[in-house]
Amino acid sequence: MSKNKPLLSVRQLTTQFNTPAGVVPAVREVSFDLQDGETLGVVGESGSGKSVTALSILRLIHSPPGRIVKGSIEFNGVDLLQRDESYLQKIRGNSISMIFQEPMSSLNPLMKVGEQIAEVIRQHRQVSHAESINQALEMLKKVQIPAPEKRLKDYPYQMSGGMRQRVMIAMALACQPRILIADEPTTALDVTIQCQIMELIQGLKEETGSAVLMITHDLGVIAEMAQKVIVMYAGQVVESGDVYSIFDNPLHPYTQLLLRSIPVLGRRTRNRREKLQEIEGMVPNLLNLPRGCSFFNRCPQAQDQCRRQAVELREISPNRQVRCVIATA
Amino acid sequence: MLNIHKIISQKNLLIGGSIVFLAIGVAVFAPFIATFDPITDADLMLSEMPPDDSFIFGTDPQGRDVFSRVVYGARVSLSVGIVTQVINTFIGVSLGLVAGYMGSRWDDAIMGLTNIMLSIPVVVFALAIMAALGPGLFNIYIALGLTNWAYSCRITRAQVLSVKNSDYVKAAKVLGYSHFSIMFSQILPNVLGPVLVIATLGAAEAILMEAALSFLGLGAQPPTPSWGGMLASARELFFIAPWMSIFPGLAIFITVLGLNLFGDGLRDYLDPRNVLKSKD
Repeated sequence: MSKNKPLLSVRQLTTQFNTPAGVVPAVREVSFDLQDGETLGVVGESGSGKSVTALSILRLIHSPPGRIVKGSIEFNGVDLLQRDESYLQKIRGNSISMIFQEPMSSLNPLMKVGEQIAEVIRQHRQVSHAESINQALEMLKKVQIPAPEKRLKDYPYQMSGGMRQRVMIAMALACQPRILIADEPTTALDVTIQCQIMELIQGLKEETGSAVLMITHDLGVIAEMAQKVIVMYAGQVVESGDVYSIFDNPLHPYTQLLLRSIPVLGRRTRNRREKLQEIEGMVPNLLNLPRGCSFFNRCPQAQDQCRRQAVELREISPNRQVRCVIATA
Repeated sequence: MLNIHKIISQKNLLIGGSIVFLAIGVAVFAPFIATFDPITDADLMLSEMPPDDSFIFGTDPQGRDVFSRVVYGARVSLSVGIVTQVINTFIGVSLGLVAGYMGSRWDDAIMGLTNIMLSIPVVVFALAIMAALGPGLFNIYIALGLTNWAYSCRITRAQVLSVKNSDYVKAAKVLGYSHFSIMFSQILPNVLGPVLVIATLGAAEAILMEAALSFLGLGAQPPTPSWGGMLASARELFFIAPWMSIFPGLAIFITVLGLNLFGDGLRDYLDPRNVLKSKD
């Protein structure tokens, strides 16, 4: 893998929401790089800022109340935060695309799916209607929808959740984007379909050479697909590194607990009354974050110094960062 | 996605739809249905004849056939209903779409205007416009078309506000649709259902308004037959020739009833909570 200039470089990204109750810092100084053709996994529980990070990259944070207050997002050397809306419309769906976790409601109910895919192509390419429909058909074949000629004329209500997610993927990839952001693409699907969709994304990624930003709380998905991982907690990156070192040698207590709380199929729990391990406590209220480490109140290894001052992200070994004072390589 | 079983099970829709369909048929095929010419077949010798075999609705003081005049009058009434609602809906939907989608200052300005429109009684407003423009059918289109768009504007805006936050509109934004495309290809088709209902009910209202304005002498001018105008001229003769007021009155009553039933039926038909049978 080349260590040249990254395709996407996010630096110190900070996004806040102004609510009547106060300022919610949803994303705090998040930085990461995404290389061409690479898959970066973003893990974290609900409310850890994963989705807000993704939407910030596309500049789709509703403003007000949301606001990107700090940082830079360089795509191909261009800082997207400095560009206007019309430039971003050309980027969205064309260079950077995204799929969501809600395939059931992410398609326009009154439009044939073929038309919806074709519409994306027409938004970004100067092609005739017939040509865009042709390309839509090609996309349906690529996402392995059976009888694509017939399905082209289907309305979304005639399709199952897995099929709709395939259509969403077809829409997202219709213009051969350089980056695909997948925001929990399989959460709403059942397990066998999840597996098919993941294989499909993986296959298309290899075919088109685009980079993938995989947002999920499913560590299995990350292990399977990603090369690099960032772990997020309460809007911050708490650990980052390549997938093997994160899984084999998690440094942050949060990552360690996350990995221990994965249920293992077939493990006997009856005799020894062994319960699935959980992480005690709750995510801190973003309106009222502790002064020190955000994970302090749940951390089994917490020390006095963790409470007193904010913890910086440290580079502990090359390409390996952790936001914890006690962690050592 | 028309569901025949569902339509049949909705009696309002079926009955109202039949009446509206019939009324439109009468208006379109008036020359074939009318037994006499409504204007030129006047014979003072046959003045104020009660209904009989040849004049089934009787005749008026000029000896014209009331039935033929009622048949031709359908053209005036229905054209008022349709034309004014096309204008109303166009204005209301355009403004509602902009207000709901753009929000902030656009929303404030358009909603302010809409509330002002709602605060002025339509009759008074229409009368004022008619007084300024003078009587006539074309001016009725303008007067009623420009005064009654506030409801469709509010309904459209409310619908846009809910559709705007749907996942498919978010997806369209993510995929780089322009604002124009989002408004017209994603949002507009999904807000039209309730607007259609409002337009149908509004058409009934417009027909009544036209009758009222014609009754006051401001509508279609004689000798053009219009139901309101016929009622006005029959007023003094009610005890001598009641058929002259009864039949145009019935025509207004049945058409307006039909449109109202159709509008109610349409609302029930389009109501997603009212799903009788759904496949898969």
